[in-house]
Amino acid sequence: MSDAFRIAIVGSGPAGLSAAGRAAELGLSHVLLEKTDHLSDTIYKYQKGKHVMATPVQLALRSPLDFDAGKREKVLGTWDEQTAKHGVNVMHHADVKAITGAKGDFTLKLTDGREVKAETVILAIGTQGNPNLMRCPIEDGAVVQYTLDDPAEYNDEHITVVGGGDAGIENALGLAAEVAQGNVVSLCNRSAEFSTAKGPNVAALLGARDAGRMQVLTESTPAKVEKGWITFDTRDGELKIRCDRVIARMGSAPPRAFVEACCAEFEEKEDPRNPGKMMRGVKAGTGVQFTSNDRLAYPVLSPTFESTVPGIFVIGALAGYPLIKHCMNQGYDVVEFINGNTALKPADEPILEKKFAGLPKGRDVAEWLELLRTNIGILQGLSPLQMREFMLDSDVRMYRPGEVIFVRGAREDSLFAIAEGSVLVEINPQDPSITVPIGTGEIFGEVGLISGRTRGATIRAAEKSIIVEISRLAALRLQRQVPSAQKEITRISIERQLLQLFKAGLTKEDVAEVVAGAEVRTVKAGEAVITEGEQGSDVFVIRSGSMIVEKTVGGKPVFLSYVPAGSFVGEMALIDGGLRTATVKAAIKADVIRLPGEAFARLMASKPALEQRVRQDMEARRIVNSFVEERKHSFSGAVDLYSQTAKFLIDEGIGEATDVLLIDENLCVGCDNCEKACADSHDGLSRLDREAGKTYAHLHVPTSCRHCEHPHCMADCPPNAIHRGPDGEVFIDDTCIGCGNCQRNCPYGVIRMDKVPPKKPSLLSWLFLGLGPGPGEPSHEWSVENSKGEKPKKAIKCDMCSGIEGGPACVRACPTGAAIRVSPDEFLTVARLEA
Amino acid sequence: MLMVKNPPSASRRERTSSHDGFLRYRNFRWAKIAAVICGISIAAYLMIDVQPHPNGGSAEGYVLGTIGALLILWLTLLGVRKRAMTRGRWSLKAWTSAHVYLGLSLIVIATLHTGFQFGWNVHTLAYALMMLVILSGIWGISMYGALPKALSDNREMMTETQMLEALRSIDRQLHEAAQPLDQENADLVQSSLEQDPFGGGLWARLTGRYSNCSTRAAQAELRRGAAFRPKLADDPLDRIDSLLERKGSILLRVRRHLRLKALLEIWLYVHVPITFALIAALSAHIVSVFFYW
Repeated sequence: MSDAFRIAIVGSGPAGLSAAGRAAELGLSHVLLEKTDHLSDTIYKYQKGKHVMATPVQLALRSPLDFDAGKREKVLGTWDEQTAKHGVNVMHHADVKAITGAKGDFTLKLTDGREVKAETVILAIGTQGNPNLMRCPIEDGAVVQYTLDDPAEYNDEHITVVGGGDAGIENALGLAAEVAQGNVVSLCNRSAEFSTAKGPNVAALLGARDAGRMQVLTESTPAKVEKGWITFDTRDGELKIRCDRVIARMGSAPPRAFVEACCAEFEEKEDPRNPGKMMRGVKAGTGVQFTSNDRLAYPVLSPTFESTVPGIFVIGALAGYPLIKHCMNQGYDVVEFINGNTALKPADEPILEKKFAGLPKGRDVAEWLELLRTNIGILQGLSPLQMREFMLDSDVRMYRPGEVIFVRGAREDSLFAIAEGSVLVEINPQDPSITVPIGTGEIFGEVGLISGRTRGATIRAAEKSIIVEISRLAALRLQRQVPSAQKEITRISIERQLLQLFKAGLTKEDVAEVVAGAEVRTVKAGEAVITEGEQGSDVFVIRSGSMIVEKTVGGKPVFLSYVPAGSFVGEMALIDGGLRTATVKAAIKADVIRLPGEAFARLMASKPALEQRVRQDMEARRIVNSFVEERKHSFSGAVDLYSQTAKFLIDEGIGEATDVLLIDENLCVGCDNCEKACADSHDGLSRLDREAGKTYAHLHVPTSCRHCEHPHCMADCPPNAIHRGPDGEVFIDDTCIGCGNCQRNCPYGVIRMDKVPPKKPSLLSWLFLGLGPGPGEPSHEWSVENSKGEKPKKAIKCDMCSGIEGGPACVRACPTGAAIRVSPDEFLTVARLEA
Repeated sequence: MLMVKNPPSASRRERTSSHDGFLRYRNFRWAKIAAVICGISIAAYLMIDVQPHPNGGSAEGYVLGTIGALLILWLTLLGVRKRAMTRGRWSLKAWTSAHVYLGLSLIVIATLHTGFQFGWNVHTLAYALMMLVILSGIWGISMYGALPKALSDNREMMTETQMLEALRSIDRQLHEAAQPLDQENADLVQSSLEQDPFGGGLWARLTGRYSNCSTRAAQAELRRGAAFRPKLADDPLDRIDSLLERKGSILLRVRRHLRLKALLEIWLYVHVPITFALIAALSAHIVSVFFYW
């Protein structure tokens, strides 16, 4: 390659393809570099026939290539055909190793030694990264592969799978599944435990080992691969076994290191993981910079997707846009920008226009964005591009004076920021006239965001105000992108939490000293913040997560109470002096605010109302303490059972639940009417599995959503389709693309991926004419037989029957009263002991 | 009452799920209502002197008869209520509770309606069928009271699917482990693999006794044979024996599970069909009464 291309595009996913297509359309000299022998590898690797979704629906597609929801094969086929039609210059097997040079003269080095010259570079490599490679010596002719498409292809081979994650285990099980294939399968794992794999996969693997269908080597690493043989280093020394094929599934390296090193200068610096050792590292301020050191951070980009290295542009998932449509639009846009079309409005312009439509006229989108950014303190660190993205996930509204923004007790988790005007907080639910103002530029509603708990007070607009509602997702991303925003939100949240918790007429100035000395600490599940019998006077406020209080009685810990986020503990030793009277430990991972004891004592001394309030709370706890002390000899059996049951429920994740279905197996007759009712209330799919799940003392926790305070399922949802509803329900909306991330992230296995079955004949026609499958979820066979057309698999989970009058169907439909729904703070109280 | 104070977990959703069983629902609300109905019926029966003697054709008799017939129809509707998952503030638990106690009150209402006049006719047939339905219901409630705990204990957190999967996995292992065996022993294992371990009809299902279980027979036979052979290291028969042992114990669990489930359901196969026979007889009773009036 002698001549330099105008544009080199790295990666042929939706973003790269679209960019290359646009460049070809415009007649720009370009090259599309793809490391495999086919286009769009990520989608290519989807399973056969997978339905690819095209969300967000309201976003217009702007790309030379067509894209519509449909089967993987159809999508790929269209792209292949249109790429060829546009005459895109594709270079296959071109894996870029490094990029050097500067704008106008970049050199892209490939792993096979070739070099490509280009004036500008578009990075569209996604976030999948490259598979980790085998590091041991591999003899020529030995077969080592990093993917397995179809396990049925291999017969009568000795196959070794390296890696004990889900991918490795699933591959190994697939190869050993059919005895007739005659494969001898071994799986090798570096550690003794399979900590990264899913429980059922590990169980299946160990089952296959016990059945003699597979050999499982733990604490072993491959030392050498030869033709027909593989050698391992094991705990007990070297081991050599027959091996015709190695399938290495050892995870992948995120592409960040590669991106950061583009056009960077290097220097010797200390290896952060290996103190004392030096390594070659990127010199600060050179190369493509990221917004923070967070694992999930994205590159710093200009409004035209240009990175901190002029001439290198980043688009697609790597730029923070995981959806195919976004990627394709950016591919088009970035080529337009490079070609000098600076007047181009982004494709999301109409969406943003709509967001600002309800506001006073006279400003365009860019001006509104700039106004919000400059007026609101926590947004000031955002770049204009980030600001656009931020607004896509947020809403802005105008409120008339006196209009309610949210009400006390609502279970929402968004954050609000005031762009213009001010609001009033009704701090006393009994008397709405007592209010505290919050002014322009400030935020409110941060408690819901941080603790996942209900709104603590009703808030109204004080005057005509423009207020931004920041969704939970956008707020979290903002905190990752802008460290100063995070600090500010933390400070305000501590201050407000104290004011709200203790009320008692405190002001910001009163608590200033305590806030200044406060420290936020993350506590692992099971870790104690207060230990019985220790000295200490600090007070802890639980910010997120929940805690349990235990007391040692007769050498055994007895469960005293469950303390949800938003409560405080540790006041007893502070007021009474003396040692801690009980142990407080985290039920699940929790954030606590440690308030220095002396400062808090001074505050109490100056504010008698506060002391009175704290004493009230303490009194209730003291009653529980004495209740247990008093009877520890007489009713140890009952206390024990209660204590054990509480512990069982905490172990089952009730500590992070907001509303959970429990089944009293003293009453459950196994009729499964709960499951049938669930299916019949929701498109014919049951969202609960009554029989599965753990049981203790006949209290059964079925496989069903607990509506966690901080839902794990929300963590990584590309279309942001999972929300918390007004009554606390966590639900998935129609924009679900069926990627299965939420299912993988849920530690309780309550999300299923399934197709909505066809509509059933009515109950009466079943009763009298025998038509259809009857009440409950129809059988898979019936659904397949009766469904018309292709339907995508989507994520299905409990939505607490939101919007259905009468409430959760599972409870209403239980004939014996075995099914109950509870929230942990109602259920885990000593009060139940006396009942 | 002692409560630990926590900040209010205010929720706009009503919590309807109080933790009490259908028999104790709302502190025996329906038991009390049924008792009052029975009390009034008995008092009326004693206080009103019907001539020549109490009978279903008197005004009082009609009142009781009408109440009884409507009750029977309403009680039958539980079957529809249970399956029709409509919106609204209803609870199947409340329905079941009312069904049980109002159903029991029929014993009093219908008996008083007869005026203790019995004979070999369609009227007494309807009465007898109703009593059969009520008796089967009482039997059902006793099952509902006694068995859920046993069902839960027997499961030990396994689901039915998991139990059957465990059984299949042992069968696969048996199949593989039996490959080196001689014909005679292989046939024994084969007999265990081939038999449907839950066949044997309703009686076996209800008692949990499967007298011709070939897994047990095969194990006994293998052990008998083993007694006459020298002890070897790595004897494949040892592995077969331990697998058959495991299969035996999981079979025991599944059979107990199926037995309990069958006992929880079998009474419905009496209760429901006789209800329909009762409604037929009741219709005949009503039509004939008015026809011959």
